[in-house]
Amino acid sequence: MSQSFAVAQRVRVRNDAPKGHCRTPHYLRGREGVIERAYGAFRNPEQLAYGADGLPKRELYWVRFEQGRLWPGYTGTATDTLVAEIYEHWLERAE
Amino acid sequence: MSGHPHDHHSDHDPHAPVEEVEGPPSEHVLLEIALRELLIEKGLFAAADVTRQIEIMDATTPEQGARLVAKFWTDPAYRQRALADGKAAAAELGIDMSVAPKLVILENTARLHHVVVCTLCSCYPRAVLGLPPAWYKSPAYRARTVKDSRGVLAEFGTSLPDDVEIRVVDSTADCRYLVVPVRPHGSEGMDEAALAGLVTRDTMIGVTLAREP
Repeated sequence: MSQSFAVAQRVRVRNDAPKGHCRTPHYLRGREGVIERAYGAFRNPEQLAYGADGLPKRELYWVRFEQGRLWPGYTGTATDTLVAEIYEHWLERAE
Repeated sequence: MSGHPHDHHSDHDPHAPVEEVEGPPSEHVLLEIALRELLIEKGLFAAADVTRQIEIMDATTPEQGARLVAKFWTDPAYRQRALADGKAAAAELGIDMSVAPKLVILENTARLHHVVVCTLCSCYPRAVLGLPPAWYKSPAYRARTVKDSRGVLAEFGTSLPDDVEIRVVDSTADCRYLVVPVRPHGSEGMDEAALAGLVTRDTMIGVTLAREP
């Protein structure tokens, strides 16, 4: 499942609901965005939360979303954005 | 540093009400006491270590972050280093972030304004901003900032024109964020110490702008 993404690439957050601890907010699941930055690899918090070593490390990305597409009836401007840190195994390619 | 707590907060009422509530302690308080005493009994750490950690937490203040912002504004080479590695930039100022997560410096411009929230919990860069305010941890701030950032900012008295992109930064995983505000007009001749005085905790979270001198 592990794959790397390039800056400016379009991605989709997996629409999944696994049990247990994770760092992917529900409001972003299934949503499309763009890779803004690659932060490098970090120990996987989904395993660290349960006392495991969190290895192998997972790539962490800053993903940028358009607010107007995240929220129906968004009242800000068309250029407003939101960014969040999402792990590689929560992302898939989008066209 | 912590020997004279009243000296640091001259605006505090010296006879402030006792914060302990009457009645039996809550389950969470009992759990904390039981766990702490058990770990001390097992020798994992000593009571003095707990006290020391509380002292370290109490000693961190937003003035640390404000010093970083002032140097960022005045020293172009430092600005570049801070954008590349926030923790190393903090360490240059004697701010110890050795056990902290990655620190990302977010530079506001005339066209881009960052505001930070942690929707999943209350992630916060304590080494540079001190303890988080209660509102930062509230469900209302966390839920509303992501979908109505302009409305939340307005409640802090901050309104930005439509040609400014508001970028909400949800601190979801391994990064912590410090917002560097736009340097205000009229601050051109000020030195670093005076500039730091224009920068507040809320400014570095991104809910307010730097003060006009």
